[in-house]
Amino acid sequence: MVFFRKKKDMPNGLWVRCDGCKGLVYKKTVEEGMHVCPECNYHFRIFSRDRLKLLLDENSFEEMWANITPHDPLNFRDRVTYPERVSAEQQKTGLKEAIIVGKGKVCGREVMVGITDPAFIMGSMGSVVGEKIARLAEKATELKVPLIMVSGSGGGARMQEGVFSLMQMAKTSAAIARFRESGGLYISILTDPSLGGVMASFASQADITIAEPKALIGFAGPRVIQETIKRALPKGFQTAEFLLEHGFLDMIVPRQDMKKEISRLLNYLK
Amino acid sequence: MPEKTVTKLENSILEIEHRIEDLQSASLKDHIDRGAEIQSLKTTWEGMQRKLFSELAPYDIVKIARHPLRPLAADYVNFMIEDFVELHGDKRFGDDKAIICGLGKVGHEKVLIIGQQKGKSTKERIACNFGMPNPEGYRKALQKMKLAEKFHLPVVTLIDTPGANPDIGAEERGQAHAIAENIYEMSQLKTPIINIVIGEGGSGGALGIGIGDKFAILEYAYYSVISPEGCAAILWKNGENAPEAAKALQLTAKDLLRFGIADEIIQEPIGAAHKDPRATVCTLKSHIVKYLEELKTIPIDKLLERRYHRYRTIGKYEEE
Ligand SMILES: [Zn+2]
Repeated sequence: MVFFRKKKDMPNGLWVRCDGCKGLVYKKTVEEGMHVCPECNYHFRIFSRDRLKLLLDENSFEEMWANITPHDPLNFRDRVTYPERVSAEQQKTGLKEAIIVGKGKVCGREVMVGITDPAFIMGSMGSVVGEKIARLAEKATELKVPLIMVSGSGGGARMQEGVFSLMQMAKTSAAIARFRESGGLYISILTDPSLGGVMASFASQADITIAEPKALIGFAGPRVIQETIKRALPKGFQTAEFLLEHGFLDMIVPRQDMKKEISRLLNYLK
Repeated sequence: MPEKTVTKLENSILEIEHRIEDLQSASLKDHIDRGAEIQSLKTTWEGMQRKLFSELAPYDIVKIARHPLRPLAADYVNFMIEDFVELHGDKRFGDDKAIICGLGKVGHEKVLIIGQQKGKSTKERIACNFGMPNPEGYRKALQKMKLAEKFHLPVVTLIDTPGANPDIGAEERGQAHAIAENIYEMSQLKTPIINIVIGEGGSGGALGIGIGDKFAILEYAYYSVISPEGCAAILWKNGENAPEAAKALQLTAKDLLRFGIADEIIQEPIGAAHKDPRATVCTLKSHIVKYLEELKTIPIDKLLERRYHRYRTIGKYEEE
């Protein structure tokens, strides 16, 4: 689990403050523009359900294994108990866990798709996230369809499930490896933020790795690094653009073009 | 080197040790037999050690795992491996001293050994970056593992890291990518792999050399998703709550065995590994020999199937 920069909740009302240009922008314009700032192209964080709509053909998504919910293997308690934290997050987000997976279509092509949601305990990976990704990869192997994972996780592995969370990195990796070795195409889409154990496992193991502009991506969180090296971090450090420059991305694709670009890739990599 | 102590009880234990040494050296000078007195002190010492170690809190175990005198990967390599041929370099960027790789023999068995190395002296610790590997360390390990696969040598990894290096250079060179690639490749490497946690099993940094067919942990080592200090800083908003975090995380060898994640706990001598490094090395060696004998009887296809199943079944969740 790693630190990540705090996201301010969107103020209610007609206007919304953009984290990119700090300006006030008309909320309806942002929503209609795929939650991208019309002034500076800043990509707002969005719920996994909204992302599904942007990526998949209308009404093509069939959610799978929706009824897997977290267990509390350690009876974990910090200032609140883990079950208390889970139910608070469930109420806040309307999600059962930090991931939705299922089958869908991109411009008519069938795909298996999984989306982690940074709104749910920072999009961290515990046993449920790990299990659903493993099942999804196994299903993709069986059906011989491409696999698309959209990652958004400021948390990496979920601390409250201790070593069980850590081992989900191994579990997802093993399932992804089997899928890819069987000839499957795996596309990983990195969104803001993608850090820690998620980045050090399934999110970094794709045939094609794409990021949204300016997304925060890395292994250690920026605060941890800053505390370790005890000086300010360079401007643009750990952004999608930084990763592209250092050779760890195939491409940066703005949200508005994502579906189209995925569709083009699917056409080539059959 | 001054001996740093873990608890107050350990201070009293050290006092007894010093008294025994004093009595022994006095006897050497004046030839007066103090055997009975020494024996009685030794019995007291053992009793106190057993009491101390039966009452350890999880955070005490974390501190023992980090004890400055605890044997390190290089000690195991030196005392356990015969005819060691060290192999350096990732052939891409550099040679990370936080990960030692080489060919050698454990008993009669030829293996590739990979160990995370913290260093003993200040100079060595800095050179090894306190056991926090960089991406080139993970890439070096992977390269040597591919070599082992090609020549049908089993791989033994000794895990001892507080975590992968969190700094600018490591991020620039793809720390997450390097670890992810190792986990991916190790999950299907066509040769037996044995993982042993000898000290700190720090999160993804440990997992980067930590996938295999057999997972054992030394009695006072630990393995955790996050350091107790880091966990306390996030969830308790205060690093001082590390002892509580260590307890909550359930990161000891006993916990790992109970969860079915570790196959076996390797016992340490009375007073932990640093009190008798040679005995610890011997115990570890006999366990590795045992694991190698067991794993080599399994056909590789079956072994890989077992390895997949091993990780595939880890996790606790509800399903309606
Ligand atoms: Zn803006």
